[in-house]
Amino acid sequence: MSNENLIEVVNLKKYFNVGKNKILKAVDDVSFNIKKGETLGLVGESGCGKTTCGRTILGLYAATSGHVYYCGKDVHAMDFNEKIKFKKNAQIILQDPYASLDPRMTIGEIIGEGIDVHFKLTRIERQRRINELLDTVGLNQEHASRFPHELSGGQRQRVGIARALAVEPQFIVCDEPISALDVSIQAQIVNLLVRLQKEIGLTYLFISHDLSMVKHISDRVGVMYLGSMVELAPSFNIYQKPLHPYTKALISAIPIPDPKIEDERKRIKLEGEVPSPINPPEGCKFFKRCVQATDKCKNVSPQLKEVEKNHFVACHQC
Amino acid sequence: METISKEKFRRIQIDYKESEKIARPQIGYWQDVWRRLKSNKVAILSLIILVIIVFMTIIGPYLSGYDFKEIDSAKINQRPSKENWFGTDELGRDIFARVWKAGRVSMVIGITGALISAVVGTMYGGFSAYFGGRVDTIMMRIVEILISVPYLLVVILISIITDSRSLGTMMISLTLTGWCGTARMVRGQMLQLKSQEYILAAEALGVKPLKIIMKHLIPNVLNVLIVSISFDIPGYIFSETFLSYIGLGIQPPNTSWGALASAAQRNFIFYPYQLFFPALMIALTMLTFTLLGDGLRDALDPRLRE
Amino acid sequence: MDKILEVKDLNISFHTYAGEVKAVRGVSFDLNKGESLALVGESGCGKTVTAKSIVRLLKEPPAEIKEGSKIIFNGKEDVVKMSKKRLRSFRGEDVSMIFQDPMTSLNPTMTIGQQIMEALMIHKGMQKNEAKKETIKLLETVNIPNAEERINHYPHQLSGGMRQRVMIAMALSCNPKILIADEPTTALDVTIQAQIMDLLGELKNKFNTAIILITHDLGVVANFADKIQVMYAGEIVERGNREEIFYKSMHPYTWALLNSVPRLDTENKEQLYALRGTPPDLILPLKGCAFSSRCEYAMEICLERKPVETRLSNTHSLSCWLQHPDAPKVNRAEVLRGEMNE
Repeated sequence: MSNENLIEVVNLKKYFNVGKNKILKAVDDVSFNIKKGETLGLVGESGCGKTTCGRTILGLYAATSGHVYYCGKDVHAMDFNEKIKFKKNAQIILQDPYASLDPRMTIGEIIGEGIDVHFKLTRIERQRRINELLDTVGLNQEHASRFPHELSGGQRQRVGIARALAVEPQFIVCDEPISALDVSIQAQIVNLLVRLQKEIGLTYLFISHDLSMVKHISDRVGVMYLGSMVELAPSFNIYQKPLHPYTKALISAIPIPDPKIEDERKRIKLEGEVPSPINPPEGCKFFKRCVQATDKCKNVSPQLKEVEKNHFVACHQC
Repeated sequence: METISKEKFRRIQIDYKESEKIARPQIGYWQDVWRRLKSNKVAILSLIILVIIVFMTIIGPYLSGYDFKEIDSAKINQRPSKENWFGTDELGRDIFARVWKAGRVSMVIGITGALISAVVGTMYGGFSAYFGGRVDTIMMRIVEILISVPYLLVVILISIITDSRSLGTMMISLTLTGWCGTARMVRGQMLQLKSQEYILAAEALGVKPLKIIMKHLIPNVLNVLIVSISFDIPGYIFSETFLSYIGLGIQPPNTSWGALASAAQRNFIFYPYQLFFPALMIALTMLTFTLLGDGLRDALDPRLRE
Repeated sequence: MDKILEVKDLNISFHTYAGEVKAVRGVSFDLNKGESLALVGESGCGKTVTAKSIVRLLKEPPAEIKEGSKIIFNGKEDVVKMSKKRLRSFRGEDVSMIFQDPMTSLNPTMTIGQQIMEALMIHKGMQKNEAKKETIKLLETVNIPNAEERINHYPHQLSGGMRQRVMIAMALSCNPKILIADEPTTALDVTIQAQIMDLLGELKNKFNTAIILITHDLGVVANFADKIQVMYAGEIVERGNREEIFYKSMHPYTWALLNSVPRLDTENKEQLYALRGTPPDLILPLKGCAFSSRCEYAMEICLERKPVETRLSNTHSLSCWLQHPDAPKVNRAEVLRGEMNE
């Protein structure tokens, strides 16, 4: 890992208009950066904006305001040719292995699609490349002529990875790549991602709601709540010393596969559910569910501040 | 427990890739559709009847040995007999030859009409759905206006303007607004597909919009499109029949099922068989196309694949 | 303890274009009154099929419950042979089921109050007023705040967690003796998942309902299940009580499941243990042990003959050739510390 930032996100905002005077603030003023060769984890519950954040970084959604820099270039201000070049370098792996593969294309065609856009290969070279990619993700050549519905969930997700790898990217947004899979298959996919990172030197933004997996794969973890980053720290710190009350609750909700520990564990129970991101309240967004909330939390929105080296948290109480 | 030789308890190396192999035979999409359609008896029966009807519209007029416009004043209004299988009409023309000749016109109108509206509707609907936003709004308002124009009015206007009542003019006037339904349906379907993750993945790969429409969206609306075509064909046939029946359609000496029915209707009380045969053909064609469409819809539904 | 459910030699096949898929092969188990049982395994291992067959929710055909399969309810009735009329009252009154996605099992055009009241009026013959009161009480039992207001809401107005609570309330409306929960928390966020699991535990004690929980995640059942059965490729490969599965399990597949959950409380930077390969397609005839194609400890015998069931205690048993006296010994503790990674 070098100290060079591959991705810099600066005050990124993505709002959606969802009707009269209703603004859904999916990503609300988020800033962070990702170093070359690093894995940054992004966790949070559904509706916290982590997926939107990932897609806006890739330029798949236009940002409402703020900037995303890839190698110093603003992704949202690129011209057509630069954008195509960027898309070759920055790829995405999607969540649902059933919906993310075109049911009418064979696996070979799916993987070959990106190759056709960015490389000029002869038919034989192209076929060889597809076979190579299938082999990388642990599938056989025979799979190339099959259709997605013939594959298991884990196999499909590996096809999704092969499709992203086909254009030889440097940066991959893994958008909940494991949440639709069985636990035993999740490990398979995560190991594959880790191995690829070591071999090709990829940089990941790993989005998931599963803090334990995120902690395992990431160097640093960012916790999002209702469109804001509430805590950002090296992954072991996040577990060892969570500071934000939301992070604490999130960690305590994760089951541990050990009955003795589970039986003794006291859960921090969160009252209620995640409020709607449409017209969110002033002040701290976690205010209503927080046990430590004060009047200040109600009125003033906390900013992300560095409380320890590399450990950022947005909470008035920390 | 019986004894098992110790040899058997040696560790062996497992090739994990073996377990990735797919056991089931490879089966293409259309093969699979055909397999499911085959299991639907009603649809297959409809298909067989349809094939026979289409086949007969091609060769039927030459079978009876009479030309469809051959007038024989000696044999007016004959009942069905060995000589004239379906009988003769008031001018002594052989109804058997006429029914199939008329069917040819009806089929041509039905099939080409449905194909034209499928092509135009898909392009229009696809364009509208893919670009969305304001483009979509404007394009769909145009469709709504077109749909609200009664097609009878269009037919009359076109025949006045072009001063012709040929097959071509009728095709134009029927398809002029006929594609709107398809366009709406394709747009709805594509809007749904557009939010699919594989479209997002293609966009992230940098695939160009036109290619996304051609390679992802259209193949995936193909199934609903085929169903819509099979429902559109009887619609066009019926429209043509109706127009011919009220005298706005095919003009003599050419004929169609509607024109036959219209002519026969005058003598219906005395010679019911003159009406029976064209009416039977109309009903049979409409019914079989609709039933086949139903069968196709079930066979093409990807959710039913297993 | 009284047995509320006995499943004996359950065999279920699906008939597809490519042939017969033997989805469940010789599954037998008992469930006592008020007990919680977890069926754990990967998707396609037959756990959902087994559960659905208990309420006869499988579409037959293509599914077929084979001759000789018995599902004895309450010691006397065989579910496989039940009449359609009896099945209607059996589902709901005796056994209810909740599913992974509550949205698909709720009617979007009716308020949640109407839906629960309907169940009460049909199964319990209650009057409207009485049913309404009972509905509010039920919603309060599953910790839905403002129950009186909530009964007028439609499913789409509720969050995923709320919907699952409504489903649970509906399932409990007729005091069933068995509640089958098919991956009830998979579609939910972790914090909500914890809430729902706690709720199921509370309700089990309160109503003395037996619960069959189906999941792919052993972590979820760590503080929930009395008994755990691990399924693989349509068979139960290991069964035992909670302690036995978590601390004394001997089947390599159970180890794999335990190991593939990353632990938050340990600092393991090394590779996660991952099962390689893909489960076998049950359309093929299986020779030997179904797991042998992915097992690290596979021996020649595993490819040739099906392992016999070995009993380790009254409650703990497994099917694996490693239990044979001639088999090489594998140190369980070492395996579970993650040292079998290369």
